[in-house]
Amino acid sequence: MPGGTSGSTARPVAEGPTGPRRRLRGATAVDVFDVLGAGAAAVATATLLFGKLTAMHGGIGWVVIALVAFIGFYALLASLHSTGEEIKDKVITVLLRTAGVILFGTLVFIVAYTLVRGFPALRHLNFFVQTMWVAGPQDPLSKGGILHAIAGTMIQIGIALAITIPLGLTTAVFLNEVGGRFARFVRTISDAMTALPSVVAGLFILAAVVQLVFHERNGVAAALAITVMMLPIVIRSADVVLRLVPQNLREASYALGTSRWRTVWHVVLPTARSGLATAVILGTARGLGETSPVLLTSGVSTVMNLDPLNGPMISLPLAVYNFVTSPQPNQVVRGFGTAATLLIVVLILFGLARRIGGRGPGHLTAGQQRAVQATSIRTAVRLDAYHHPPAGAPTAPSGRPEELPR
Amino acid sequence: MTALREGQAVFEPQPSRQQSRSLASRPSAADSVFRRVSYAAGAATVGILLAVGIFLGMRGAQALSVARGGFLTQTLWQPEGGAFGIRAVLFGTVTIAVIAMLVGFPLAFGTALLLSEVVGPRVGRILVALVDLMAAVPSIVFGLWGVYFLQKEIIPVSQWLAATVGRFIPVFAVTGTDGRSISDSNFYTSSAFIAGLVVGLMVVPTMTSVMREAFSRAPDGEREGAYALGATRWGMIRSVVLPFGKGGVIGGTMLGLGRALGETIAVAMIISPLFAVNWEVLKSGTNSISSLIALRFGDASQFGLSALMAAGLVLFVVTLVVNFTASTIVARSRSGAESDG
Repeated sequence: MPGGTSGSTARPVAEGPTGPRRRLRGATAVDVFDVLGAGAAAVATATLLFGKLTAMHGGIGWVVIALVAFIGFYALLASLHSTGEEIKDKVITVLLRTAGVILFGTLVFIVAYTLVRGFPALRHLNFFVQTMWVAGPQDPLSKGGILHAIAGTMIQIGIALAITIPLGLTTAVFLNEVGGRFARFVRTISDAMTALPSVVAGLFILAAVVQLVFHERNGVAAALAITVMMLPIVIRSADVVLRLVPQNLREASYALGTSRWRTVWHVVLPTARSGLATAVILGTARGLGETSPVLLTSGVSTVMNLDPLNGPMISLPLAVYNFVTSPQPNQVVRGFGTAATLLIVVLILFGLARRIGGRGPGHLTAGQQRAVQATSIRTAVRLDAYHHPPAGAPTAPSGRPEELPR
Repeated sequence: MTALREGQAVFEPQPSRQQSRSLASRPSAADSVFRRVSYAAGAATVGILLAVGIFLGMRGAQALSVARGGFLTQTLWQPEGGAFGIRAVLFGTVTIAVIAMLVGFPLAFGTALLLSEVVGPRVGRILVALVDLMAAVPSIVFGLWGVYFLQKEIIPVSQWLAATVGRFIPVFAVTGTDGRSISDSNFYTSSAFIAGLVVGLMVVPTMTSVMREAFSRAPDGEREGAYALGATRWGMIRSVVLPFGKGGVIGGTMLGLGRALGETIAVAMIISPLFAVNWEVLKSGTNSISSLIALRFGDASQFGLSALMAAGLVLFVVTLVVNFTASTIVARSRSGAESDG
């Protein structure tokens, strides 16, 4: 800056009285009253229409009418003190918010409904520690449980993970680190696999594995069907995560003369570790909830079966389906209880995935950062001791990175 | 393990020093093992999908060779009697998917815009996590909700729609065999409308997250430019966000459509199977390929199974086309943004 005299910038000083600070964000009182007024009018209109004036009835209809009336009244109120574009903007904003409220409201309601309807079953501890072998369909909820389905789900998902994790992650590494024409083909194929309807995957395993290999429905067949569903999900999300690993980390590794394999093992995979864990957990969550593939392949049982190679092995989603197709009210409650259990497991897995993989590759938590710093200090100490061998005075190296030989 | 073996040149006779050295690198032993293993993993993945396709094709061909052209025009499903076709089930599949899109698209579009443009970053992050979470809710949970809650709550709405809109638009009417309209609530259960509503809600999270990602990629410079020219928020959305997010909107919708076409268990729980083309979407009775497979595999003979496989193959091909179109559109709309640390 040519005007600067001493090389520093001068802070402008406010002259004269300053006005009150203006609010740039948030809603004005008029906006708030518009929404409140339109809401009150909409509720009143819907209640009048449903209770008094017409023969309409039912909760969902009331909500629909109230929402439509709300939008209409809001547009009317907004047009009283706004003009052209502004009205349009306000009405659209309210429409978007309404869409959000409907969606989130419905989804939260679905989850809450399942938990509430399932609660009578979940209340009894025996629901988690007994099998249905000890209870008939008409027995009260204090008898029988879903331990066999929990065990079945764990065994099946365990087998599926044992196949999916190595195969899926290696394929994702292949797509990113080896590349070439064949890798592009593999990527296309794994994209196509995500389109495979779950029931078709089940049908394939039924015809190819159950009928040709085992001649019965069992746990391994179900696990294979789940694998076919999980594999493309894991490959795709791991592929995305590996693509996010900064290219200059790889280049730095190659510049040090490392082989491709060592670059993958020591640079790429550790950098993407949290994202890969997320990919696997998301795949697991999807695999747990798949009902139709196991419906075709695992068979239904009411007893504990820990042998995946012999006999039918039920899992949680199939148990839900099996319970609710029964006319007995207690079985339906058990179905809801099983669905609630499944839902809670999936939600926990999902929360875990967010917690582990919420950060991109290379972004560390405070603890990880401390660990990395400790490692590099140790390395510095080691290098220091190597370059300056303790000749006369074997003092402990201070280990500060500044003392590293360049 | 170095790539270029420089030491060798010493032992070679003098004239060859004139020739230029080959710069091609020779991978180390560990590297070539790594290459082979990862190559094999890729090949195994391809192998699984090809096995699915080939197996379905081979077993399905057996049924197709019996049914021939009737496979597309026959509405009944009696493989043992020789009369079977996918006309009714394919029609039902498409009906349910179209209803699901009519319900799901406005919700997904509105919510995606809300998340990327209206709410603040902190609330936005929570809601985005919630949307992702909802995509992981098992479909059987949606099915339970549809059967035990939505079914009886939605019937008054269906009846009202049939009585008012149905008078003018035949698709919404519910008529008996004599062609007169019916208001008995038993004729309104297990309809394509209810199944479509549930499937629509199921696919909204997938659609929302694809659309939101596309919207949030609209460049800030253009946004600020629109605001600087005096645009309202909606004006900015219309002139900047939507043109940039167009690919994401189309692609997300088609991904949702692909999922809606293949949805099995929720549909199988809600509908009552009907082997006829039913245009009246509010009326009880519809069908879909996936629920046909889920409900009929148990008592199917070997030939019946291969007929189901042919139906499954058709479903697979349809979802494959839809998904490929979607991912092509999404990929094309993305700028080739590479991350660099």
